[in-house]
Amino acid sequence: MTTIAPATTIASYARDFSKNEDGAEWLTALRNKAWAEFESLGFPTKRRGNELWKYTDLRVLDTKAFSRAEAASALSSDDLRKIAPWNDDWHTAVTVDGQFSSELSRNLSGDDIAISNLIETAERDKAAVEPALGSVADIAGNAFVALNTALFKSGVLVKVDRDAEPAQPIHILHIVTAAGADNRAFYPRILLLAGENSKTSIIESYVNVSEGSQFTVPVFEASLSDGAAVRHFRVQLENEQAIHLATTRTEQPDSAVFNSTTFATGPAIGRNDVHTNLSGEHSETNLHGLYITDGSSHQDNEISTTHQKPHGTSHQFYKGILAGKSRAVFSGKVLVQAGAMKTLALQKDLNLLLSHGAEIDTKPSLEIYADDVKCAHGATAGHVDPTMLFYLMSRGVRREDAAIMLVSGFASEIIEEFEPESLREFLYSRLERIIPELDSEGIL
Amino acid sequence: MEYRWGFVTDVDSDDAPKGLSEDTVRFISAKKEEPEWLLEWRLKAFRHWLTLEADDAEPTWAKVKYPKIDYQDMIYYSAPKKPGDGPQSMDEVDPELLEAFDKLGVPLHEREKLAGVAVDAVFDSVSVATTFADQLEKLGIIFCSFNEAVKNHPDLVKKYLGSVVPYTDNFFATLNSAVFSDGSFAYVPPGVKCPIELMTYFRINTEGSGQFERTLLIADKDSYVSYLEGCTAPIRRTSQLHAAVVELVALDDAEIKYSTVQNWFPGTKEGVGGVYNFVTKRGRADKNAKISWTQVETGSAITWKYPSVILRGDNSVGEFYSVALTNNHQQADTGTKMIHLGKNTKSTIVSKGISAGFGQNTYRGQVKIMPGAENATNHTQCDSLLIGDKCGAHTVPYIEVQNPTARLEHEASTSKVSDDQLFYLMQRGISEEEAHHMIITGWSRDVIKELPFEFAMEASQLLKVSLEGAVG
Repeated sequence: MTTIAPATTIASYARDFSKNEDGAEWLTALRNKAWAEFESLGFPTKRRGNELWKYTDLRVLDTKAFSRAEAASALSSDDLRKIAPWNDDWHTAVTVDGQFSSELSRNLSGDDIAISNLIETAERDKAAVEPALGSVADIAGNAFVALNTALFKSGVLVKVDRDAEPAQPIHILHIVTAAGADNRAFYPRILLLAGENSKTSIIESYVNVSEGSQFTVPVFEASLSDGAAVRHFRVQLENEQAIHLATTRTEQPDSAVFNSTTFATGPAIGRNDVHTNLSGEHSETNLHGLYITDGSSHQDNEISTTHQKPHGTSHQFYKGILAGKSRAVFSGKVLVQAGAMKTLALQKDLNLLLSHGAEIDTKPSLEIYADDVKCAHGATAGHVDPTMLFYLMSRGVRREDAAIMLVSGFASEIIEEFEPESLREFLYSRLERIIPELDSEGIL
Repeated sequence: MEYRWGFVTDVDSDDAPKGLSEDTVRFISAKKEEPEWLLEWRLKAFRHWLTLEADDAEPTWAKVKYPKIDYQDMIYYSAPKKPGDGPQSMDEVDPELLEAFDKLGVPLHEREKLAGVAVDAVFDSVSVATTFADQLEKLGIIFCSFNEAVKNHPDLVKKYLGSVVPYTDNFFATLNSAVFSDGSFAYVPPGVKCPIELMTYFRINTEGSGQFERTLLIADKDSYVSYLEGCTAPIRRTSQLHAAVVELVALDDAEIKYSTVQNWFPGTKEGVGGVYNFVTKRGRADKNAKISWTQVETGSAITWKYPSVILRGDNSVGEFYSVALTNNHQQADTGTKMIHLGKNTKSTIVSKGISAGFGQNTYRGQVKIMPGAENATNHTQCDSLLIGDKCGAHTVPYIEVQNPTARLEHEASTSKVSDDQLFYLMQRGISEEEAHHMIITGWSRDVIKELPFEFAMEASQLLKVSLEGAVG
């Protein structure tokens, strides 16, 4: 599926790899293996037959070399409050320019949860980390998981005990500051271990306030135990120069639930590659998301679920707003394996195109090997409905305001899912700024 | 029930030697007494195919599995021996052939008038009889074998051959362009509504022979034609490759309705033998033109087929209605492409897939709205039905939109036959098998009703026969 990346760019990743600090033996072995995998895979290309990268062109990675950020700029909590979702009561782990910040992080341990620097904990507590790290986010065949595994700097480990139900959400906040060189690379890593019958809400956010070009390769790996329920929110606010190629992987045994809602906007090339593996009976996953693209940005949503066992439920529901000359991709896949009877799977992707020059490529696919199932999918693309505009205008709403109301309404169906309220408010305030600025040929 | 049309007609054939080379291409062209330009075209295609083969470009993206095809282990041309210069009338047609057509149910004798169809029967690549010629001739409609068209209407063939499916299009179309043996040709002049349905029957007869038809259908301005294509093939143990190309040209304001019932040998229950049906079908719709594809696919071991419409004229319309059934070890990867170029273009896709036994059934379709296609609309509906827990049903739509004024809706569902519906019918004394048939016929109705009447009956019957043994 891939070809070898040219030596010129791969050399810079090799240099970063050689800078890895010595750590626990098992971790070094894992990272060596990951590096070898990345070296043999290289970056994926759009070459004939490469379905996974059919619509996303990564040739820029062949010519532009990125180096791992090794130092963080100074930042205060007050700064954070201004730019990122924030609440003093949340359990918040902060990384600044790729470095775990103990100063900015707060409420890291509670009654039955523990949030820590993943690398540090791995050194200390091999038994807790080794069996899990890389067990869900497999490096095999995946260049970006391999690259992240080889190069992640500190990482965040979230451990939720059995039966725990933390009252406050856990927030993993990644900040890229305005200071620092261009062409930096970041490899955020989150490992979530959700104990049996625990209930957790976790916010994963990426806030980029720099204007330079960057390469961010996050991996979110969630290992759920029986009956665990995880509510996941992902906020991606990238700059227009950034390349953001994220991977989310879950493993869900019996009755485990992983529900995720994503808000993505910004980058030159963004990709959200999510795969939830329903390996137990009665497990469930709801993957929802909103993507907004403008200018020349490109956002790719590669969303897949595997049903291995009976009585699983999955929903994929994505919405897109596309403006300028931007492009977005929704590639949804549901695989129902033989024997996964009574599966219920729904897939939906709805798109609003606001300008000539924007392009949506949507591919909701189903692969089904069991007969006693109910699966359905739908996809639409269109522009702001003129009859709705007319309706609002006939009631005295100005055309521009009416259009903004309609686009906001389209977006709010997803935004409404974000919790708690302060996170939702944060996103609404962003939306209020983004929507009127969309390059939309006077439709708005 | 065993394959009903499984008989082998014993006719001496005038075969090309086994294998594929420039000599094979020249042999076929010489047999057909073709003009130099066509031979050149074939050779260009053949040379291009060699580069594709060297590049390992045989498509692998479809969800079908089959052993690697040895293109040197095939006969590329076989023709039934002609008495003298070929049959001048029905009396001169080889009686064994007539008997074969009889078993196939081709309405050649009294049935021809009752059925109201003109038949251009392709039997192992050579056209043997054509009826209704007079009636069509009066209207200026040309309906003949491809070979005759090359001889009698070279300008039309030259102008349109490869204009919709160029010889470089894809691996199998390129192969076809090099070695096609015969096929059908139809031309409907401006303003003419063809009063009868044109019909061609295809059969594959000689063991180990490929069948490479080439169909070219041109509906000139403001004309209308309905074309039926039906196929059956006798039982053979060796898998047979069938790589046809169909090109439709609908000029301004013209309409073409193209219907297919495909019931080639699907292989045995154990998955031995059967036809590989790798077909390229595409139509070009000019201003205000309409092209409608309807297909009922119950046969073949493997189906690889995507009848498409290039909506290049403003206000043009494309339609695709399909029922594909896979039972036992059959595999089908089929769907359509609707490429919207013109303004106010409209396409509709209704696809029904039925999977039983170990069958694997994939809908693969593309709807592409190009930047200039203002106000284009598409509606797609693809539903799958699973019968049994060993089969698979897959849906892979590609929707690519480059114009904000387009409106697209795609919906799909997959399920099994409803237990409630079955129970309802069975408690009224209907057998489980009959109940399944009724439900499936009803479920497929949106497609079947698009077929001409005679075909609709046969199609419904085919679904029933093809599913025998899958239920209960």
